[in-house]
Amino acid sequence: MLGKGSREEGWGIQVSHVDRKFGKRLVLQDIHFEVKPAEIFGLLGPSGSGKTTLVKLMAGIDRPTSGTVVVGGVQMPRLDMLGKIGYMAQSDALYAELTAKENLDFFASLFGLRGRGRRRRIEEVMELVHLTDSMKKRVSTYSGGMKRRLSLAIAMLHRPRILILDEPTVGIDPALRVSIWNELRDMSQSGTTILVTTHVMDEAEKCHRLGMLRDGRLIAVGTPGELKANANVTTIEEAFLAFGGVRG
Amino acid sequence: MRVCALVVRIWRQFLHDKRTLMLMLVAPILILTLVSLVFNGNTYKPKIGTVDVPAMVTQRLAHEDVSLVSYSSTNSALEALKTQTIDAYISWQDGRPAVVLEGSDPSKNKAILLDLQQMAEASSRGPTGIQPKITYLYGSANMSSFDNFGPVLIGFFAFFFVFLVAGISFLKERTTGTLQRLVATPIRRWEIVAGYVAGFGLFTTIQAILIAWFCVDILGMMMNGRLINLLLITLLLSITALTLGTFLSSFANSEFQMMQFIPLVIVPQVFFSGLFNIDTMAVWLRWLSKIMPLYYGADAMRNVMIRGKGFTDIVMDLAVLLAFSLVFMVLNVLTLRKYRHV
Repeated sequence: MLGKGSREEGWGIQVSHVDRKFGKRLVLQDIHFEVKPAEIFGLLGPSGSGKTTLVKLMAGIDRPTSGTVVVGGVQMPRLDMLGKIGYMAQSDALYAELTAKENLDFFASLFGLRGRGRRRRIEEVMELVHLTDSMKKRVSTYSGGMKRRLSLAIAMLHRPRILILDEPTVGIDPALRVSIWNELRDMSQSGTTILVTTHVMDEAEKCHRLGMLRDGRLIAVGTPGELKANANVTTIEEAFLAFGGVRG
Repeated sequence: MRVCALVVRIWRQFLHDKRTLMLMLVAPILILTLVSLVFNGNTYKPKIGTVDVPAMVTQRLAHEDVSLVSYSSTNSALEALKTQTIDAYISWQDGRPAVVLEGSDPSKNKAILLDLQQMAEASSRGPTGIQPKITYLYGSANMSSFDNFGPVLIGFFAFFFVFLVAGISFLKERTTGTLQRLVATPIRRWEIVAGYVAGFGLFTTIQAILIAWFCVDILGMMMNGRLINLLLITLLLSITALTLGTFLSSFANSEFQMMQFIPLVIVPQVFFSGLFNIDTMAVWLRWLSKIMPLYYGADAMRNVMIRGKGFTDIVMDLAVLLAFSLVFMVLNVLTLRKYRHV
């Protein structure tokens, strides 16, 4: 079991009327929603819809043009909050010339983990993503799916209260995908708030609640059941099309 | 702590990347060896001071291709020699000319000696045909040209390879997304810059020791000063190169674009570092050398290796190099704002 934190109120995310412009291009427009503590919230949208931009605002790397992002009661971006958030970027940000162990060591010490606790935690997360045997291999010899899993392990390394995962399961085989989702559910049960972006519709079904993002606008928020019922359809994909103004 | 993490990581990356390691350590040695084997001299119009020299001799000297400055005493001429305003001075002792050469540049030495020889030959047909007595302030008659520009080359290679390797590894950090990942951790922007400086700084110290040892002990380059001063210069020069490289890498989008900075940033510095004679350039061009880090590094190197000067004489050059590094570091920290706003 991961994350010893009790089900504590306050480790949610509030996004209020956020705009994000790059030059004159409006990438996010009036985004307003809340991620409740200890829930798994899915951000669903095609590529180019602004998911990654929104995720970066919540991870505290970027600053909104207008509006506020509050994580765990603190307005972002704030440096001291970064240690409480686990972030897995869309691209595998790994040092290819280093071994997996060395990558983990590096990030672990950035998060202030040390000594025996660090060694144990590294073993734990690597077991979780089924990479224990490849611990001493260089990342340059890893397959795409293995790199994805290592990125996930790094994001979970410091037992963050909030886990932000940008397309975590791309290129991971179905069996492992199931075990990762089981793990995410366990973590959420023990109090970790999880935000996942995806463009895979069947993964969206596994989230407690969903936000649908299209062309920088949040077109719908709700549980998978609610969304399907409101749109009067049977699949998430159809619901997405319905809310996007396209009748399938 | 976080800086240490970065230092350890950079070291591990180096140890895994044997080719880059070799580039940093072996390439400078290889090229310096080649240059020491290949070099050829060129001509220069010497500046000669005169102290109470008979008018006839001055007239004869004026026929040669030299510029003459007259001094009232040997002391003032010696001062001018030390500040390199003149290359040599002639005084009259015991009825024969005495020549003191600045001596650190063999090509200048040769030019002066040639002129004096011609003068002496012309004189020998008259009644005052006497061979001049020749002394060197620095250097010696058997100093080779490689001794003269070797110090510049040591500085150059320390600068060039560190610039390239540090620039590209910082660029890779950006293009592979690891910088984006790094700024999602609680590391501070200055810690990233400090980590890079410390990680590479340690490494370039080893590089500096190796190059200095090889040049002095194996290639037999002239070394009149203290080794510790030489290492200090190399280290500061490397840190300037490192901070400049990482700073400029944020304006490059690929390794190839990083290479494009070589003709812009590195090559001009070679011309102005004293490898070629700056005195023969236009005045406004000479001024350019003042904004080039390598100029200060090379100047300090020559002072230590050829002229055997101590720490107090190179402290100004070192201070300028340190100032360059600090400015580049601050710019580095500021450009990192692009990747994270806190």
